Amino acid sequence: MPLLSVEDLRVSFHTRNGIVRAVDGVSFTVERGQTVGIVGESGSGKSVTCYSLLGLIPKPPGRIEGGRAIFDGTDLLQLSDPQLNTVRGRRIGMIFQDPMTSLNPYLRISAQLVEPLILHEGLSRAAALDRAIAEMAAVGIPRPADRIHAYPHEFSGGMRQRVMIAMALITRPEILIADEPTTALDVTIQRQVLDLIKARQAELGTAVIFITHDLAVVSEVCDQVNVMYAGRFVERAPVNELFTSPLHAYTRALQASIPALQTKGEDLYTISGRPPDLSRPIPGCAFAPRCETETRDQCLTDRRPELVEKSPNHWVQDCPGCLGPLRGNPQS
Amino acid sequence: MLPFLTKRLFQGLIVLFALFTITFFLAKAMPGEPFTTEKNVSESIKENMRKKFGLDQPVLKQYGRRLANFATGDFGISPRKNRPVLEIIAQSFPASLVLGLGGLVVAVGIGIPMGIVSAIRRNGWIDHGAMAFAMIGICVPAFVIGPLLQSGVAMRLDFLKVAGWDQPIDILLPAITLGLGTAAYLARLTRSGMLEILSQDFIRTARAKGVPTGQIIVRHALRGGLLPSVAFLGPAFAYLISGSFVVETLFQVPGMGQHFVNAAIDRDEFLLLGVVMFYGFLIVVMNLAADVVQALLNPRVRLSETAAAD
Repeated sequence: MPLLSVEDLRVSFHTRNGIVRAVDGVSFTVERGQTVGIVGESGSGKSVTCYSLLGLIPKPPGRIEGGRAIFDGTDLLQLSDPQLNTVRGRRIGMIFQDPMTSLNPYLRISAQLVEPLILHEGLSRAAALDRAIAEMAAVGIPRPADRIHAYPHEFSGGMRQRVMIAMALITRPEILIADEPTTALDVTIQRQVLDLIKARQAELGTAVIFITHDLAVVSEVCDQVNVMYAGRFVERAPVNELFTSPLHAYTRALQASIPALQTKGEDLYTISGRPPDLSRPIPGCAFAPRCETETRDQCLTDRRPELVEKSPNHWVQDCPGCLGPLRGNPQS
Repeated sequence: MLPFLTKRLFQGLIVLFALFTITFFLAKAMPGEPFTTEKNVSESIKENMRKKFGLDQPVLKQYGRRLANFATGDFGISPRKNRPVLEIIAQSFPASLVLGLGGLVVAVGIGIPMGIVSAIRRNGWIDHGAMAFAMIGICVPAFVIGPLLQSGVAMRLDFLKVAGWDQPIDILLPAITLGLGTAAYLARLTRSGMLEILSQDFIRTARAKGVPTGQIIVRHALRGGLLPSVAFLGPAFAYLISGSFVVETLFQVPGMGQHFVNAAIDRDEFLLLGVVMFYGFLIVVMNLAADVVQALLNPRVRLSETAAAD
């Protein structure tokens, strides 16, 4: 049985400009110790998917329209806020994109680090402080016993993200949700933070849901990858499979956009156009307007393409238009 | 912290100097003089009086002398009341101070909890009700609230008087009248401050850690959310304790408020300058106190301000 099983999750935002279907029928599973990636552009619904699991989307305007998220036999989507508080920060930890704003600037690091221990494990302040210092050392913060009493603004961005990681893992959660943890960091720091997450995961056996828009990052940390577009998964495959034989036009276009894989001196490849407006109903293939395959005119227009298993464990949206060869690109 | 304080103190002195200069010349610009009365006083007597109070000197010379006197704490003598200005202030300020403290209790006691609850129950009926109340509190002046309380409440309850300043209970109605406007403004400030903080990323972090809502408000949001209110409370406190002419007149409180108006009507520039400078001094001191409290609440201000001053 998987550790977490999300089935047909639907989340929408009821705004003045209409109903935005941010997540529109998403299913995935997370096994113990596994790293599952969710990749997609900004606004594709990847963060909302994870926030809604822990009741972190603002309601209103957010609303969970349907689906289940079975974690250890209970449906997270049915839990009340106090019930969720026994899961959040205890069995499922979370780190966020911007470490500069994710720590409370008014409280010392120590106060923020011991909080989960005091809340969830009933530790005394002194005992919690010892554990917090040890955790700071484990994420590679020098002189943790002194530094722990500092305020967040006295730390650099990379150090703050280390604190966030320490805080999320301090209760030894079964799942860590990492929402673009390296996006806001300098490139040199990105590598360190990525290595740190991998190392801590290997040590503690935590499963990780890794949200990112950076395919290069995905290739390094993930076991299983879900590619998200316009509130749905368009492709799911083990990481090697996804990189060696991507099927969907969107996945291939994303891969072609990785700067490091492109010829030096040439214009960088970008996907033309913008993601669709999710407040309007999408009758057919959501990627059709941006699709650059030779068969793009065969994209579904009357129904949304279904996710089908093309080869073992490799799922893709079955849109005839998006599965054809790319135009003017002999490689694929 | 110390360089930060000295810097603010220096700024306060400049403010007081500017206040003195403006008030002095405005008072001089008023027609008439302290000795203008309906009684027929001979010109020679007036001449002697002017001489006694130094009003026969050139204006700039008067300005220099009075400024020097103020700097040494000498507020002069009121020609109209024939008593030292400081003595008049010392006699009337205690009543205003007590009334102002009462008003502060009303303002903080109503305004801050109301703002916090409104922010938590944003767009609920509590929020709409509280903000409607706040709007009324800001718009309706004290000279409407006061008489309403007098006729609506004091007339019906035996233990409350319509006006007067004898027993401790007499503070109740004037304190409400005085504090209500501040309470309303404070409620709006607190609400927007809390809403601002509650939308921050670090609140989401706290929720993701499983912190219960009550603790999120108290431990994570309150410090930052109250900063705008604290900044406002400094000058607001000075305003409350320096005496309100309207409230003190309505409820017959022997406070300082009357002197602001009467000194101007009497062209008693010595008393006028005295109470204005005293009010200015209170504002500077209270602003300084608010700065200190803010710095204590906000570690970033503490650091950046001292760093800038070094």
